Amino acid sequence: MTANAIIFDKVTKSFGTVHAVDEVSLAFPRGALVTLLGPSGCGKTTTLRLIAGLELPNAGSIMIEGRDVTRLAAAERRIAMVFQSYALFPHMNVLENVAYGLVVQGARKAAAEADALAMLKTLGLEGLGQRLPSELSGGQQQRVAVARALVLRPQVLLFDEPLSNLDARLRRQVREDIRDLQKRLGLTVVYVTHDQQEALAVSDLVCVMRAGKIAQMGTPRELYDEPADAFIADFMGEANVLEGEVLGPQYISLAGVALETRLRPHPPGAALLAIRPEAVSLHGEGAGLPGTIKRAAFLGQTHEYEVVTPAGQIFVVAPAGAAVFLTGDDVRCRFDRVIPLRGAPMAQTTR
Amino acid sequence: MGALKLARLALLCAALGLLLPWHGLEDGFKEFRAWPHGNAAPLPVLIGTGARWWLWPLPCLLLIGAAAALGKRAHAALLLLAGGGIIAWVFLMGEAIGLRGLEWDWLGPWLAEAPPQPSLGWGALLLLIGATGFLAAGLAARGGFRGDAFIAFLVTGSGFLLLLFVFAPLTTILVAAVYEGSAFAPSALMARLSAPEAWSLACLSTHQGCGVVWNTLLLATLTATISTAIGLFFALLAVRGGMRAAPLFRAMTLLPLITPPFVVAMALIVLFGRTGIVTTLLWEWFDIPRSRWIYGLPGVLLAQVLAQAPIAFLLLDGALRAISPSLEEASATMGARRFTVFRTVTWPLLRPALAAAFLLGFVESLADFGNPLVLGGDFDVLSTRIFFAIAGARHDPGRAAALALLLLLLTFGAFALQALWLGKRRYTTVTGKGDSGLPAPLPKGLKFTAAAIVWPWIVFTAVVYGIILVGGFVHDIGRGDMSFTWRHLITAFEVEWQDGMALRGSAWDSLLTTLEVAAISAPLTAGLGILLAWLIARQEFRGRRLLEFMTMLSFAIPGTVVGVSYIMAFNVPPVELTGTALILILCFVFRNLPVGVRGGIAALAQIDRSLDEASATMGASAVQTLRRVVLPLMRPAIITALAFSFVHAMTAVSAVIFLVSARHNLATVYIVGRVEAGEMALAIAYSTVLIVIMLVVVLGIEKFVGRAEMARRAAGAPAPAPIRAGA
Repeated sequence: MTANAIIFDKVTKSFGTVHAVDEVSLAFPRGALVTLLGPSGCGKTTTLRLIAGLELPNAGSIMIEGRDVTRLAAAERRIAMVFQSYALFPHMNVLENVAYGLVVQGARKAAAEADALAMLKTLGLEGLGQRLPSELSGGQQQRVAVARALVLRPQVLLFDEPLSNLDARLRRQVREDIRDLQKRLGLTVVYVTHDQQEALAVSDLVCVMRAGKIAQMGTPRELYDEPADAFIADFMGEANVLEGEVLGPQYISLAGVALETRLRPHPPGAALLAIRPEAVSLHGEGAGLPGTIKRAAFLGQTHEYEVVTPAGQIFVVAPAGAAVFLTGDDVRCRFDRVIPLRGAPMAQTTR
Repeated sequence: MGALKLARLALLCAALGLLLPWHGLEDGFKEFRAWPHGNAAPLPVLIGTGARWWLWPLPCLLLIGAAAALGKRAHAALLLLAGGGIIAWVFLMGEAIGLRGLEWDWLGPWLAEAPPQPSLGWGALLLLIGATGFLAAGLAARGGFRGDAFIAFLVTGSGFLLLLFVFAPLTTILVAAVYEGSAFAPSALMARLSAPEAWSLACLSTHQGCGVVWNTLLLATLTATISTAIGLFFALLAVRGGMRAAPLFRAMTLLPLITPPFVVAMALIVLFGRTGIVTTLLWEWFDIPRSRWIYGLPGVLLAQVLAQAPIAFLLLDGALRAISPSLEEASATMGARRFTVFRTVTWPLLRPALAAAFLLGFVESLADFGNPLVLGGDFDVLSTRIFFAIAGARHDPGRAAALALLLLLLTFGAFALQALWLGKRRYTTVTGKGDSGLPAPLPKGLKFTAAAIVWPWIVFTAVVYGIILVGGFVHDIGRGDMSFTWRHLITAFEVEWQDGMALRGSAWDSLLTTLEVAAISAPLTAGLGILLAWLIARQEFRGRRLLEFMTMLSFAIPGTVVGVSYIMAFNVPPVELTGTALILILCFVFRNLPVGVRGGIAALAQIDRSLDEASATMGASAVQTLRRVVLPLMRPAIITALAFSFVHAMTAVSAVIFLVSARHNLATVYIVGRVEAGEMALAIAYSTVLIVIMLVVVLGIEKFVGRAEMARRAAGAPAPAPIRAGA
């Protein structure tokens, strides 16, 4: 058996004339948490539903744990899914919800409820078994949904934007919980989100999708530091994408100004340069790209600036300790680190 | 369910069909004693003795099906061949050879000697169900319906039922309209459709009556306009009049639901007939001569408006509530006076609801049969004319069919106009945002006008229903003899205790039949309706739109047309049902089906689809999901559908008046008969009993559903109206 839990081979799913998933081939390793990340309409949810069997592909094949499941309905695959809305059955109490899957798969009621109780305990939900879902808080409902999925011992656990119905404070906690659980039980998890921070925080691997295709797949670090193109650079945290020139291993030129910076190896010549907002430092004088502060905002921990330069407008996030500038000040921009993009011009990378 | 499993079940069912009598048993189960010979002979005996040698392809097809079902894998092509072949052959041969022997002359060279062939029976039914199973299994094995044979069977099965009991009867009408006697004559159709009987304009210039189409259109337009206007005044006063009368208005809306359509007509006769109470008063006090004005357009119109105005109110009340007050406030802040606000903001936003109320009134008036029958006098409309073309002295099915076609065209025309009109406009007034504005009060003049119409109308309605309430308990309300008596109730519902209980009252037969038929058809209607709603709303398959259209089709067909079409389609083999209780049940099921389907679709729209999907990902089959998740959540919709179909089955008259028989009479038809015989008091007494029964059923169910919801609320936090996942 291979090390991959899920393999897509040229899978296409169309709705009418729209290719929601367009000849996608991928392999997700066993025991890893993979996030599917992308803007709305990019095909990430469809991909998840294809794994679940809630959609069947128009072409291509899908393997889960070495078994061809392409034509199998959801009920015949050994997967479990946590829905965005949690999809708890409102007419059943918590215990009945968690035992549901076992019961419909033919387990005896007593055995199913014992398993369900044990799972509720694992997730810290003891004593809530007799409550109706409507009597639980959002976080508790979410954990019931997870318990309901885990109790089936699925080969793959799927999450569809599980945090989107929780308030901001709870989100961080719940995503840590999910990550802990996944590591503890060695689960293969596929996790859909549109929030890049969430993706960076929990994933072993991030798979960025765009227009039904996979734009790039890699570890969070790889995607952040070495985005394949401007779309990913911008999507994985904000980035200023400027047209410039690579002069040498440590030098670039922007609007004719030569600048020293740390640089990913890249052959000399014209290139698209991605610069993270926090990789820019502003100075009152000295070397650097000249510019004028167009807008300044104080956000507590950081300052945000928009700087107009001959190379284009640059968005800068400066830590609280750095020098403070006001709108209209003339500044020099220096760059800590610049990412030359492969493939270059944006027009070619966005289909 | 896998295709193979379904195919095997189907084989079992079909095999069972081979043991039962192939043809219908005319005299019920006592004929069974002759089995396996005589009238009770099953198919193998009929073929073996050569009596039905033309049916030999059926066992062959069944063998093909058996081979496919007993194999290791379900063989799609063979199953499709067996299933489709059996169904096609049974019906083709059934149509080709009837009670008089061969019906299709062009088959003469092969089948000239065929003996008469009566209608299909239980054996044929089971074989057909089995064949449907083969067909569905074949479709599923080919990958249709996502390979789910259970869904495939539900879809093909309900599709066949709709074809047989909605679509086929309609085509029979078309066929009957183009036949003159037994000769094919398209010119007869043209002649009938353009007959002066339908289109004459004689009433404009002479004293003769106008064509029946003009009568119908005039009546429908007047009914729709007046009931919409009255409904609008009620709604304005209830929502914007600053009065607390709204609960009273809403209670009034319950009345038409539980009143058989002609009961109001009887009350009007009691009030305004030649010897009516009001007529007599006017004669004695003001010397106004007695006349028969109530019989004709005025009477029918009054009766229809009494029934329709509360429904118009219900629609407009909802629409008026949905108009966000801040729209009107916005207009007021820009300096508009009360009347300007009403004219420029409120009125235009109400227009779609007004159109809907008008259409409903129009269509209901077209379909109404009971009121014109009782009150019409010389004023004929299409529905009554159709009835007399079948049941009158000049029995002429071709003419009835042509008139039915005209009525059908008018109805569809009205729906098409509405679709065209509504298709172009969309007003979204419910935004989901909270709106704390105050609704604008009515302009003074408008409020005064509304009150001047609404209160007298309420009094009038109260008098009409008072008559119905009192009429059954006095000696002769028709002639003003108001002394109390139980006489009429005793005539109708006398029970005698002599060696056990004997139901001697004249009404018992029809009441018991009605209750039985309603009680049988209600669960069937609700069940099939909810199932169809689930298929249409939740399953993806080719032909889904077609299935939805066929379901809704029977909603648009006037009852009289349904009645005529049923009597034409099911009076002769292969499917002969006239004179049985079964045809009444089938008629109710397929006429009331759209109510169940609509209710079901609306309820399903409130149930988050992810609940179904969650169930599927946890390994539940479609059946399990339906049983454990969807149906429990749809319980209120199911109960409502049950109540509606029960009540509709008890009040309907237009379709079933064609279908009742001496053995299976229905309460409404019996009452109409008493009215025509002049036994008004008996008819009113019986109607009172019917209304009480339905009131008990409706209120009982409402209470039952209400309590069920309360129990849930008491158990925990308030549940929001839409059933969403978990929350």
